[in-house]
Formats: sequence, structure tokens, C-alpha cells
Amino acid sequence: MNQIGKLSEREVTDRDLYLRRRDFLATGARAAMLASLPGLAACGGDPPAQASEASPPAGTRALAHVVPAPERFRTDEPQTPREDATTYNNFYELGTDKDDPARNAHRLRTQPWSVALEGEIAKPGLVPLEDLLRPHALEERIYRLRCVEAWSMVIPWVGIPLGDVLRRMNPTSKARYVAFETLYDPEQLPGQKRRVLDWPYREGLRIDEAMHPLTLLAVGMYGETLPGQNGAPLRLVVPWKYGFKSIKSIVSIRLQADEPVTSWNQSAPGEYGFYANVNPEVSHPRWSQARERRIGDWRKRPTLAFNGYGDQVASLYAGMDLRRNY
Amino acid sequence: MKLGDRSVRIAVAAAGLLPLALGIYDFARDGLGPEPVEEITHRSGEWALRMLLLGLCITPLRRIFGVTGLLPHRRTLGLLAFLYASLHFLTYLALDLEFRPGELAEDLRERPFIAVGFSALVLMTPLALTSTRGWIRRLGRRWRKLHWLVYPAVVLAAVHFVWSAKADWLEPGIYAGVAAALLATRLVPMLGRKWPNYATLPPARSAGDKASNARAKTPHANESSPAEGKTP
Repeated sequence: MNQIGKLSEREVTDRDLYLRRRDFLATGARAAMLASLPGLAACGGDPPAQASEASPPAGTRALAHVVPAPERFRTDEPQTPREDATTYNNFYELGTDKDDPARNAHRLRTQPWSVALEGEIAKPGLVPLEDLLRPHALEERIYRLRCVEAWSMVIPWVGIPLGDVLRRMNPTSKARYVAFETLYDPEQLPGQKRRVLDWPYREGLRIDEAMHPLTLLAVGMYGETLPGQNGAPLRLVVPWKYGFKSIKSIVSIRLQADEPVTSWNQSAPGEYGFYANVNPEVSHPRWSQARERRIGDWRKRPTLAFNGYGDQVASLYAGMDLRRNY
Repeated sequence: MKLGDRSVRIAVAAAGLLPLALGIYDFARDGLGPEPVEEITHRSGEWALRMLLLGLCITPLRRIFGVTGLLPHRRTLGLLAFLYASLHFLTYLALDLEFRPGELAEDLRERPFIAVGFSALVLMTPLALTSTRGWIRRLGRRWRKLHWLVYPAVVLAAVHFVWSAKADWLEPGIYAGVAAALLATRLVPMLGRKWPNYATLPPARSAGDKASNARAKTPHANESSPAEGKTP
């Protein structure tokens, strides 16, 4: 069960389904799949969503015809129970206690949802979420999630590679970083009424990190759309970095020349760096990062460099001092 | 029935053990949430601080509001604080450090937030050990001096809580504020006296004459009996 890095599709991948994935795409399954997302009803020939009407509270819906990702994107470790992954959350916009986000998530309206594509790209503009997703096939990827607080989970995400989305945005040669922003709306995200962080939440990646095939823009988990507390309707998942890099409820993606300001780094620069790669060698000033508790376990386990994705991402940081660039 | 009666003391002790009982019940029914270790750590730590603060309320209640008879509960509350602080530390030692002495040493050396909390527990330990009648008798006047350590222990515990927080300092800030207020009541000399008997006071002085005012107060401060004067 702890054979991190040794992947098997035995448990989690329907091989048959995987092999026939292109048939699904070819036969318009994508449209059906997208139509099952809240906020994506305008896809294909469906009537456009009534943007003016209040959307229902954020419930989740099953996502149909999700394509399993290649094996290297799917760990075969036991998955964290959905109940745990959706009730133990750090999403300060919905409250700072771990169980607050699940309680307050009903305030978040995810339909309609648009994302501002900005900065060093061919055609900046506001894009409805369904348009952003339409050209892409949804994949399921099972990633380890390591929080900077030394706990971890294994979560089956549903999403699209961020790199595929960025390429369609036609970045200019000046685009060296990607900056993301969470929705700012204290009515929907009541945690923003208190200035715990300098809202809106901001995160960023170097362009090569953003383009890396592991980096996922997620719209779902456990086969369903994302619940509000997990960052509905669109969030980032960067599995080799501490969880706070994986920004939730994204409303803006900006390509830019300079390293973006990021929320936790701004709040406590000595504790949270821009890179925030999972690194058992570099302690947080207030606790060791050498070990972690997988949610559901009493015993801790050793934390792996880059959260066990070193074979895929370590080369991004060749020659960098990861002690200084924590 | 008086506030300090044995039956009331037992009731206070029983009430103070309720959070522990609830914790055991939650543990047994798997109700401590997805991360029980964090939950146990937080609950035990917060109850330790709450008990310390409740214990610190007793003297100002008497001095400011004239509520007498609560003194015996200080021991109960102090021992409860020590119990929860010990559980807090043992949870950390057993389930976070998994009894690795090297990691404890590293935490104490490199992480002042841990060292501060640990110091609070260290200071509370002799207080718990000398809380019996026998020790009070044996130590005499020195007992009171020793138990003055509860003040730095509370300060350290509150600092530990504030320091442990990540960006949201509201809750630990409230605790720290309450601790500061309770400690401040010890520093304000006026609050250290019994209510003056206005009938025997000399005629009112001018408001500006603070120096002589303070001097005039000194004998009153000494009037209170040692037993209730400077005890924590």
C-alpha cells in the first residue's frame, strides 16, 4: 500500500474504458460530460444558461465519461474517503476551522462562472467556464495531496492539464509566470469579511511548472463536480507542491513577466515560499516537514521529496538551492 | 451551602472533567473528525488554557466583586489545567513525535513556539505536585512564592497559543486578551484592596495629589491578611 511511485491500474482504472477513450470523444460523449457540470449547461446545442437567475446552492453532480489518465498520473495508494476530503478543508474564504468550509459552502454560487484570461496572451478576455473547458477531455487523476501542515490525502481529481489550456491562450514570449486569483465576494465567501489574508487569494507558478503535464485544472473529484469547500467550480492541483499552491475557485488566470505576489508568501514570507515544493529536508519554522499524517492514519509516514513526484519534476529545479527557494 | 463546600468542589471537579469525558466518548464513537490527533491536541490545549484562566478569575472575583469562598476551587482548576496540559503534551509526544527524543530536542531547540508551550508545562509541574495540604504546610510562606509561577505559566501558555496560529489570530487573541486583563488586575494596586470603608476614610483629597494618595494607600494594602493578600 505504501509503494509510492509504483503505479498500478488494477484497482482504479477500467482498462477497457481507457482503451476506448477516443471513441467516447469521437461520439460526442464530451458534450454529455460537460453538460453534467454545473455552469456548463450552455455547452453544445443546449440552451444557454440563465445567467440572470440565481443558481442553486452548490451541490455536486456526477461527471459522465471521464477518461482515466495515463498510469503515471494515478497512484494506486488507498484513496482518502470522500467524506474526509470534503469535511477537512483549508479554504479560509469559507472559514478558518477545518470543518467551516463544508458548512459554509452552500453560499458559493458556481453558476454562471467566468474566468478572466489576462496578460501576455493573444486575446485577453472574460471566458465562460464551459467555453474554457469545451475543447478539452476531462481526465481522472489520482494524486497525493500534501498540506504544508503535515497532513496528506489521496484524491481522485477530474480535470484537464493546465498546460493544454495555456497553450490555447497563445502566450507571448514575455509570459514567464502564471498568476491565479480566487473569487472575491464576501457574500459568497464570508471568510473574506475578516482580513485574515489580503483577499483575494492569489497564487502563481513559473510557466514551466504551469505547463508541466502533472499540473491540473480540476473541475471535479471522486467522479463528481467539485464541492464548494474543495474549490468549485475550478481549482488548481499541483501535486508536488504544498496544498496552498493549489488555489481554489479561480476567476482569473494571468500570464505575466514577473513573479506574482502569492497570498501566503505575502502573509508570512519566512514560512511560505513562492515555490513551496514538498521537501522533507526543509522544515517549516514551527514544525518539521520530515513526516506527515495521511488522513485516517494514527501513525505518521515519511514525507517524500516533491511529494513522490521527483522523477517527473525534479529537473525543473536543477541547479536551484531548494533551501533558499522553499 | 457555601461556595467552597466539599460538594461544590466535587461538582466543579466533575464539570472540569466533562471535556475529557466528552473527548473519550467522541473517540469511542469515531467522532473526532478526519484528523483526530489534531482535534485531541487542540481540545486538550484549549481546555488547559481555559482552566488556567478560570483559576486566575478567583482572586479578582474576591477583590473586586467581593465573592468569597471560591479559594478552594483554585486547586481544582489548577490541577485540571495541569491534567489537560499533560494530555496536550502527551498527544504531541506520542502521536506527533512518536516518542522520538531527538525530535523533541530539535523542536525545543529550533522552534520557540514549542519551547514556550513546553516551558508553561514545566512551570505548572511543581505547582501540581505541591498542591496537597501536606506540601502547603511543609512549604509555609515559600508555597505562595512558588505558586506565583502560575503567572509566567499563563503568559507562556497564551503566547504558545497565539504563536501556533496560522494567519487567523482572532481566537488565540481573545484568550491572550483575557489573560492580560486577569493579570492586569494584579498590577492595579486599587484592585488589590478590599472595598474601602468610606466612613473611616479621611476627607477627600484634591485629584492632583496623586503622590500622597498613593502613599496613603500603602497601609491599607498591608491590611489584607497574608492568606488572601498576595496569593495567585
